[in-house]
Amino acid sequence: MRGYRFLFLGILFGIVMVKSEAISWYRIQEMFRFQSIHMYGIIGVAVFAGIGAVAFIKKWRMHDIKGNPIVLFPKEKSFWRYILGGSMFGLGWALSGSCPGPMFVSFGYGFLSFAIVIGGALLGTFLYGVVRRYLPH
Amino acid sequence: MLDIIRQPWPWYVSGILIALIMIVLLFFGKSFGFSSNLRTICSACGAGSKISFFDFNWKDQKWNLLFLIGAVIGGFISSEFLTNGNAVNISEQTIVDLRKIGISPSHDIQPPELFALSSLSDSKTIFILLAGGFLVGFGSRWAGGCTSGHAITGLSNLQFPSLLAVAGFFAGGLVMTHYLLPYIL
Repeated sequence: MRGYRFLFLGILFGIVMVKSEAISWYRIQEMFRFQSIHMYGIIGVAVFAGIGAVAFIKKWRMHDIKGNPIVLFPKEKSFWRYILGGSMFGLGWALSGSCPGPMFVSFGYGFLSFAIVIGGALLGTFLYGVVRRYLPH
Repeated sequence: MLDIIRQPWPWYVSGILIALIMIVLLFFGKSFGFSSNLRTICSACGAGSKISFFDFNWKDQKWNLLFLIGAVIGGFISSEFLTNGNAVNISEQTIVDLRKIGISPSHDIQPPELFALSSLSDSKTIFILLAGGFLVGFGSRWAGGCTSGHAITGLSNLQFPSLLAVAGFFAGGLVMTHYLLPYIL
């Protein structure tokens, strides 16, 4: 089955999240206290390498393995959804010490309490779907 | 070799690997973004019958659910085979600051005060985990992405909306860390 390649990439992602310690609540606290380069280094290098790679892909108009041109769909231009939604996300990121990927990695690592964090995240996603038309976007 | 892998990896190695995952996904015709899985799961559970936001063909997102399952397996493999049992090497100042709010450094990657199963006997812990997850889930959908979709993919594509979202992530994170967490914990 061709889906195995995504499973494999996910496994690699999980291992990188653990070995970089990006899943650690301690590391997220250290980041929001500006007490180490560690998390900024991880995100900074990833973005720096990503900018180079995406620019290269665009310049040479590269195609994916199916032969389709690689396009990154730009996010819609607006303001409040990013500032308000982003801030809400940040509150939760610092409280739980995890963003969506690391929640699942931590669960797999053996911290079964993350099932509650994941449950909360699903609940939050669901409630957003219910009330989104009343929110500024 | 395995000894080197078992140590924590330097940030520049981790950063390159994260970028590589995003780039390989692009060549597979997909865009790196983890939090959309939460919406997909809601849809797969039938939320689309009542709420239009979840009414889409979630089966198109199967690849991302496989990525999610892989992430869980990756976490398991790491804890079983790839750790050396050392404490997370956070800075001295962070250790001092965290002690003030009742979190001590441990020999594991997460603080047992919050994430050990025995800590769930305190209802406050359950509230923290549930509320933290809720804010992340609601916020990431409202903002249209999380760390992977905005901070990594979006910034790599030089998208201004992603920069706004990342500014929001940090605004919220700083308020929680410096003003709210001391009262919550």
